[in-house]
Amino acid sequence: MDRMPAWADAVLVPLFSIVLAAILSAGVILAIGENPVEAFRLMVDGALMRSSGWGYTLYYTTNFIFTGLCVAVAFHARMFNIGGEGQAMIGGLGVALVCLFIPWPHWSIALVFATLAAGAFGAAWAWIPAYLQAKRGSHIVITTIMFNFIAAAVLNYVLVNVLRPAGAQDPATARFPEAVHLPTFQDMFSTAETAMFRGSPANVTFFIAILACVAVWLLIWRTRLGYEIRAFGHSETAVRYAGISPVRITVLAMLISGGLAGLMAINTTMGEAERLVMNATEGAGFIGIAVALMGRSHPVGVFLAALLFGFLYQGGAELALWTNIPRELITVIQALVILFTGALDNMVRMPLERVFLAFRKEGAR
Amino acid sequence: MTDTPAIELKGISKAFGPVQANKDISIRVMPGTIHGIIGENGAGKSTLMSILYGFYKADAGEVWINGDRKDITDSQAAIAAGIGMVFQHFKLVHNFTVLENVILGAEDGAMLTPSLAKARGVLKTLAEEYELNVDPEALIENLSVGHQQRVEILKALYREADILILDEPTGVLTPAEADHLFRILEGLRREGKTIILITHKLREIMEITDTVSVMRRGEMTATVKTSETSPEELAELMVGRKVLLRVDKQPARPGARVLEIENLRLTDRDGVERLKGISLDVRAGEILGIAGVSGNGQSELLRVLGGYAEATGTIRVNGQKIDLTGRHSDGRSRRARGIAHVPEDRHHEGLILPYTAWENSVFGYHDDPAIQSGPLMNNAAIKAEAAAKMERFDVRPPNPALAARNFSGGNQQKIVLAREIERNPDLLLVGQPTRGVDIGAIEFIHQQILRLRDEGKAILLVSVELDEILSLSDRIAVMFDGQVMGERLPDQTDQTELGLLMAGVTETGGRSPIEAVDAKLQAKDAREAGQNG
Amino acid sequence: MDLNTILQVLDSTVRLATPLLLACLAGLFSERSGIIDIGLEGKMLIAAFFSAAIAAMVSTAETWQLFGMELTWLKDLMPAVIWGMFAGILAALFLSGLHGLASITFRGNQLISGVALNFLASGITVLIAQVWFRQGGRTPSLISGGRFEEITLPLAETLRPVPLLGPIYADLISGHSILVYVGLLMVPLTWWVLFRTRYGLRLRAVGEAPEAVDTAGVSVTGLRYSSLVITGVLCGLAGAYLATGLQAGFVREMTAGRGYIALAALIFAKWRPWYALGACLLFGFLQAVALRYQNIDLGAFTVPVQFMDALPYVLTVVILAGFVGKAIPPRAGGEPYVKER
Repeated sequence: MDRMPAWADAVLVPLFSIVLAAILSAGVILAIGENPVEAFRLMVDGALMRSSGWGYTLYYTTNFIFTGLCVAVAFHARMFNIGGEGQAMIGGLGVALVCLFIPWPHWSIALVFATLAAGAFGAAWAWIPAYLQAKRGSHIVITTIMFNFIAAAVLNYVLVNVLRPAGAQDPATARFPEAVHLPTFQDMFSTAETAMFRGSPANVTFFIAILACVAVWLLIWRTRLGYEIRAFGHSETAVRYAGISPVRITVLAMLISGGLAGLMAINTTMGEAERLVMNATEGAGFIGIAVALMGRSHPVGVFLAALLFGFLYQGGAELALWTNIPRELITVIQALVILFTGALDNMVRMPLERVFLAFRKEGAR
Repeated sequence: MTDTPAIELKGISKAFGPVQANKDISIRVMPGTIHGIIGENGAGKSTLMSILYGFYKADAGEVWINGDRKDITDSQAAIAAGIGMVFQHFKLVHNFTVLENVILGAEDGAMLTPSLAKARGVLKTLAEEYELNVDPEALIENLSVGHQQRVEILKALYREADILILDEPTGVLTPAEADHLFRILEGLRREGKTIILITHKLREIMEITDTVSVMRRGEMTATVKTSETSPEELAELMVGRKVLLRVDKQPARPGARVLEIENLRLTDRDGVERLKGISLDVRAGEILGIAGVSGNGQSELLRVLGGYAEATGTIRVNGQKIDLTGRHSDGRSRRARGIAHVPEDRHHEGLILPYTAWENSVFGYHDDPAIQSGPLMNNAAIKAEAAAKMERFDVRPPNPALAARNFSGGNQQKIVLAREIERNPDLLLVGQPTRGVDIGAIEFIHQQILRLRDEGKAILLVSVELDEILSLSDRIAVMFDGQVMGERLPDQTDQTELGLLMAGVTETGGRSPIEAVDAKLQAKDAREAGQNG
Repeated sequence: MDLNTILQVLDSTVRLATPLLLACLAGLFSERSGIIDIGLEGKMLIAAFFSAAIAAMVSTAETWQLFGMELTWLKDLMPAVIWGMFAGILAALFLSGLHGLASITFRGNQLISGVALNFLASGITVLIAQVWFRQGGRTPSLISGGRFEEITLPLAETLRPVPLLGPIYADLISGHSILVYVGLLMVPLTWWVLFRTRYGLRLRAVGEAPEAVDTAGVSVTGLRYSSLVITGVLCGLAGAYLATGLQAGFVREMTAGRGYIALAALIFAKWRPWYALGACLLFGFLQAVALRYQNIDLGAFTVPVQFMDALPYVLTVVILAGFVGKAIPPRAGGEPYVKER
């Protein structure tokens, strides 16, 4: 008998975790001498009360949907992919190569191929850790962490020594040609009278992120591969019995995971910066961990959690602008969310289960 | 003899969530006796003893030891009260020596060397006193299970336990090893120790206990003197109704050879040869039973046949060779060749426990084109089919949306069986079909296996339960140490003969391996004693 | 390459290996008890920050008050750097305690807990640094008294003229801060504790078979928490050495992946103290070489600095891939202990 109904597990546990993280964060804000209510108001103001705020919020949300899905898919195969950051960096390299060296007639065609390149590069970066895990039992958590560092070194080398235009100072590629400029929300939704989402980076990639959510949902719950990935995640011995190759599933799941992380680069590189810069990922790969944990590895949950973190990120930037609260507050909140929804899950769950058990006994009488 | 019981439990109750594992249980065990507790799997025996050892906390009830009320809150308190326990799954550190395991938690000071020296001496005395020979410097992982069990007993005695609880101690032992264990227990009883023996085997209860308590569904149904009862009476008390210990079946009508195994060999990752040239065959319409103590190669044999262990040799199914290595040696390919497999371990192999019953109903067959619609799986069709199957196999509750882990052992096994049998295989592999299954479901499962046989299918049955092997099989092969020791017909053999074969003894003149090992150890002891003297 | 250059690289190797070694031994205690700790990085980082911050505060305090209490006398009691070290240890212990709460008491996922603590440290250090010092997430540079002094061993100068051995003694063996020697001494001490004491026996047992420890009447929880305390203290020392020994103050993310390299060294060392020393010296050497030679010109081609930066991580992956011997971790590692019959 399950101790708690499924809905409570999916909704109440993450909700309580957020509340706990929020209370602690408010404590932190208090401790550094600021007013948490005021801070929250500022965040809401900056992130949600104006269309340009929404433009930033949704831009960040797009990133976090991709990295959240990346971690979530790996979670289903019981793998912890901490390498989203590195995979997204390398994905950016793919996007840059496609945009810089092929003269595209129209952004839509460029987008299709940039998407393919981003996914392929991200997947390729996940392939080595996946292969080593599957064939040699190297712990994927450690190898993906190492690959983040290696990715940073690779990107640094490429930007400094190879792709940097002659005479340029900062390690970045040249600007992409005008033809591959992706329509932003401002381009799409502004009317002649009113400019919407003015100056904000949200762009058409957001819809690709929504598509990715649907695709991942179909993959995990409706296809044979998804069935096998989840089965593998629950029991490796059973999967062997059934004739499903653990090596194949490990590699496939990680390729999909890495590919999703790579897709994030379309948003940051093609959609926003329109050139590849060193720190394009801005830690979004790590936020994916919090997003996947909070979203219970379900695409709908990931979407909602990504939205929350998009709000936090944009709100955090506003806070840093108007108050003495540095952006690192968001890192702290992110850490607390991972702690409560991931590691201290039972701390939240056990009391809830007791409540439900008590109610059930009551009902049985 | 005094009137004070060594152990007295009064009104013990324990619930795990909504499951009542123990309900108002009381027993009295007199000192210097062996008291048996018998009951089916899940009757609550182990829970009761775990409470006595402080592993679980009882919801209600009292524990009295030698006339004093004891509050046993943890294992530490149990040890202090003079209780020692030998768990079904040994609690040993595999890469420690025997000595290190014995002193763990009972060291004499902060430094190891003096503790080890003292223990070495004590172990020598205990070994002489109770026939408990083990090499104190040996690593646990290099010892046989029989010897590991002795280490567990030594651990308890080293802590000066007067009360020893043994939970299903013979499950992993050969009959010879079990006999040795019983000699040890008799020795302990002579020295005035009190022993509680938990088992589901009637024979052991009759052989060694003085008194016996019967448990059923968390309740104590009776406590009787062993000399005043019979196996039939105990069985009835256990199950709550009269039980047929034999299965009704028609004589087999064997047909063509479906499975032919020749010279099958398997060496595991540690370089140990687990299968040493197995040759067997199974014909259509018959059940070949494989008897043996667990760990003698039966599991490996099933895995090779099921496609998830690589081996050398030849296997033919319906006359055609199958691959034993490489890409076409997996469960998928085996199923394509008409082999279905009910694995030994349904929790770790046969089922994905968090998956629903309907998801499990196609596990391993999820590739079947019939249940796909385009690139997606046709979940609606799978659910409908699963509901129908559950109806036919009387799975309770008949709810396909329930997770597999929420079914009882018997119903889980029915889900697996339904999946494998309904695929209409030519060959069915069955491992431990009734392990952890309640009696009602056992009968049903046996009937299903026989029905399949009568439909002309070939069946290879692996079981450690001799009763099951004897009652279901048309032929019996006995495995020991990766080899087939011999084949027998069920009506021309008995438990004794099979038991000897299971211990690797083909002629009664030969010594059993356990005795050979003991002899070696004794020789070593004698040599060392000679050196010291 | 002359002797002087070799000695300089080796000297730098010892310095750079010290934080790795302390963190590696910290991880050894934790993982031997069955708790995987990828939060070494975070514990080092938070310890680095608090040791530098407190050392800076105490050493620069003219009038230093807390809740109206005059606390300037603090720096007369102990040098500022020691106050800093204790603060660092306390901070690392706090994270250790959280890790214990998550992975022992609430049987959570140890990997996720470790990741969370790394982020927590990464965020909270900069956050507090910004609030306290307003220097962009760093502490003020530490002046003397706020840093560990280098110790000159007896006779270092006298023996210097002796060929070969003299410079080795004077430049390589002598002239490090106390924490370097502490780190080196921890190696035999760890070995002795692990293999010669009752505590070590129980610790090793609980990492292999917690059920054996539990049924023997010893508290699994207690043992594991105790090991995390040792882990916290050692990480605290590692962090303190980073910020107040190796460098003169805290800068954001100053651990720069050292916690992960220490973890890799632990795997390389197969969870054994003496091997850990070897592994950490190797990684320290790699860092020293990368630090000294930026782009290494090999004539035909140049090894870019990015390659040298990435080398420890590449090497770790190679080690993990098992091309250099097979590493068998403690059997119960990563699995929360649940009582079972």
